[in-house]
Amino acid sequence: MRQSSRAWLATPAASYVTVMRSLPLVLVLFWFYFLVPLALGHPVGALASALVAFVLFEAAFYCEIIRAGIASVRVGQTQAALATGMRQAQVFRLIVGPQALRAMVPLLMNQIIIVFQDTSLVYVVALRDFMTAASVVADRDGRPTEMYTVIAVVYLAICFSASKAVEIYQKGHAR
Amino acid sequence: MIEIADVSKAYGRTPVLRHCSAAVARGEVVVVCGPSGSGKSTLIKCVNGLVPFDSGSIRVNGVSVGDKGTDLPAVRARIGMVFQNFELYPHMTALQNVSLAQIHVLKRRRAEADARSEQLLRRVGLADKLASRPDQLSGGQQQRVSIARALAMDPQAMLFDEPTSALDPEMVNEVLEVMQALALDGMTMMVVTHEMGFAQRVADRVLFMDDGAILEDTPKAAFFAEPATERARQFLAKVLSH
Repeated sequence: MRQSSRAWLATPAASYVTVMRSLPLVLVLFWFYFLVPLALGHPVGALASALVAFVLFEAAFYCEIIRAGIASVRVGQTQAALATGMRQAQVFRLIVGPQALRAMVPLLMNQIIIVFQDTSLVYVVALRDFMTAASVVADRDGRPTEMYTVIAVVYLAICFSASKAVEIYQKGHAR
Repeated sequence: MIEIADVSKAYGRTPVLRHCSAAVARGEVVVVCGPSGSGKSTLIKCVNGLVPFDSGSIRVNGVSVGDKGTDLPAVRARIGMVFQNFELYPHMTALQNVSLAQIHVLKRRRAEADARSEQLLRRVGLADKLASRPDQLSGGQQQRVSIARALAMDPQAMLFDEPTSALDPEMVNEVLEVMQALALDGMTMMVVTHEMGFAQRVADRVLFMDDGAILEDTPKAAFFAEPATERARQFLAKVLSH
């Protein structure tokens, strides 16, 4: 929508992306946990509010990646496709879209890895994710070193293999 | 075929085209030359509506390009265009580049489109490059693919926007030869170029532009023998001296 030539679409979209991208995720999580119940008049629960916060927060980042991907395709490509008589929708589907997607896949994958790590922040609204559960166990058994090491290994294994996958993808498509 | 009447255009307050009028008849080859920044590229992109203009009118085969109600894609489908930077689709092979618009605009079946593409790529001397991607081709080869891509639409006219300006010198001729053959076949062509040799061999008329205005619209022989304006004389002296 930021790409739109229509200001009434582009301006709110740009403001949304700018605001969300400048706020820390923890703040957004708090915000939704405390403000949404106030607005609605009844509590919504930690999971629901965290979910909404994550979706809205990450949407801003994905928007920016998608926008940058589309902007990375040269104007000349669009002109060349238009010159052969294609319509705007065809130009996007056949020419700009595929090239933009290729440019943004690595970034999208990276963002997914970041989201995965960021989920550990939900402890601030008293949700128990993997990380929080582990720290509870660590406290109970008095074995923090072991528990936190296990967590680190699990995060490392998942994130490392994910970023390896991105790398392999990039090599496969490096032309 | 192409009639340009009193076309003006400004970017903000900077005028880029000033009251340009010219015509290209069927089968005619018109070369547009002039110093860089004189509005040549803008003018040629106005012809198929890639760049909008502020006033005046352009008619292609009787259809007014600037009108709001005009079906621009339909007009463009019948006019081929070749760009300075080739603009081949990098995610497709040469053959796919040439077939794409045939399939999606002319609604030809894939087999039919590919057969036509192969024939055209052979015609521009690239029969062995059908499966190559643009980044595996030299600049000259890419530009020949892009000429084939334009020809695949069976255009009534071809527009060339500085087709050899981005090429290494040794590749210029292979592209000019293809264009020359096309002209001899009777194709209607409007060519923005600095290649005065090409103009001397192939053009019927030469338009000379400077500062957004068409200063001369002269038959080739007259233009090269004795240009009417001082600006054109200076320009020719510069480009012909080397």
